[in-house]
Amino acid sequence: MSARQVAESVLDPELPVLTLADLGVLREVSEDGGRVVVTITPTYSGCPALDEMRADLHTKLTEAGYADVEIRTALRPAWTTDWISEDGLRKLADHGIAPPQRIGPRAVGPIPLNLAPPVRRVACPRCGSARTTELSRFGSTACKALRRCEDCREPFEQIKEF
Amino acid sequence: MSFDNAYESLIEGGEEKHWAFGTGFTDALAGVDREIPDVDRDDLAAYCLMLGDDALVYAQRLAEWCSRAPELEEDVALANIALDLLGQARMLLTRAGEIQGTDEDTLAYLRDAAEFRNVRLAEIDCGPGPGGDFGTTIARLLVFSTWRLALLDALTGSADPVLAAVAAKGVKEVAYHRDHAAQWALRLAGGTEFSRSRMIAGLDKVWPLTDELFTPHPVELRLAGVAVDPSTLRSEVDSVLDTVLGAADLARPDVPQSPGAGRDGVHTDELGPLLAEMQQVARALPGAVW
Repeated sequence: MSARQVAESVLDPELPVLTLADLGVLREVSEDGGRVVVTITPTYSGCPALDEMRADLHTKLTEAGYADVEIRTALRPAWTTDWISEDGLRKLADHGIAPPQRIGPRAVGPIPLNLAPPVRRVACPRCGSARTTELSRFGSTACKALRRCEDCREPFEQIKEF
Repeated sequence: MSFDNAYESLIEGGEEKHWAFGTGFTDALAGVDREIPDVDRDDLAAYCLMLGDDALVYAQRLAEWCSRAPELEEDVALANIALDLLGQARMLLTRAGEIQGTDEDTLAYLRDAAEFRNVRLAEIDCGPGPGGDFGTTIARLLVFSTWRLALLDALTGSADPVLAAVAAKGVKEVAYHRDHAAQWALRLAGGTEFSRSRMIAGLDKVWPLTDELFTPHPVELRLAGVAVDPSTLRSEVDSVLDTVLGAADLARPDVPQSPGAGRDGVHTDELGPLLAEMQQVARALPGAVW
């Protein structure tokens, strides 16, 4: 396997249904002779999983026979949920986590203030109903919000747009 | 990868690079290109410390709500906000530390109150301690996050690539914090007579510390192009706060401003006990690992 294939197969420690490539945190893999340089980017500033990602990448590449591995961190451009792959969005939904919607680049000008939770049609990942409401913008990890389906009444998590 | 003992999976690879242990952390800027721009190094370190201390001290205050918030979702929300700020603090303190020849832990755990450079708004007890309640907490979150968001947004254009990158990430996080505070402010102000009175009292408590947020420190002025002059943020912050207060049918508090400057190390008496709690283990057992 190429170093890129190895790095792309490493799973996210918090959302192990996704690879780091699916999540969009794997930014670059370069191989020069025996030397591999992997560049990743954190999702949120305080995400405690970043160290784990670095360690997992290092371990898997070393196990695959790459002795000289460097993991770099790029803070810029800042990670966005728009970098989650189409495959990643589908895997999230399959595992009961509502995927984020695409948000596109930020508009020029002041950052919009939301005096109410933005109206978003988030489908329930269990029953498919579009009648869901936000319970809390902050969930079990920094990247998730908590919602409830008004039809099947089940709570579910959503990767919030970021 | 199957293990009979769940804890064995934590030491897979035989390394101590696993955050589950609580030790063996790499520093917060590991692997980041951290070239230092051509400015006064002491000023740059001092500035990183100011913004880092704002986030660190306020994160510690927010963490006091853990298990004590009015509802479980709010417990999680305030802890998440604290975690975002702690992440920002770690990067900023690491940046300050590498310039000064020290590290984030030494800066966080081994400085006394007078060495902290945070604004006083970050440190005061707004509840769950005796200094406030949930209304006061939301009032502070509203003012603090509105101000910090404007500051970070301006800082994305900094000539220091690390500060600019930390800011670009922080903007996205703090935008969520500000929305959260604004939505709660509306809910409390439009709720019962009691909740409204707590919201008003909360704003009255934090408002005297707002002028300080916009008073430029000499370090900020010397670092033109790298740092943000906070006096330039006032109209934007005022406009956002007026929008929220207007929607909540609340008046701007009419209270005198409290003189003082956390940026110079002149703090309220409330910072000491906060630091005592935050630092006690690190100070009691220097160099301990677990």
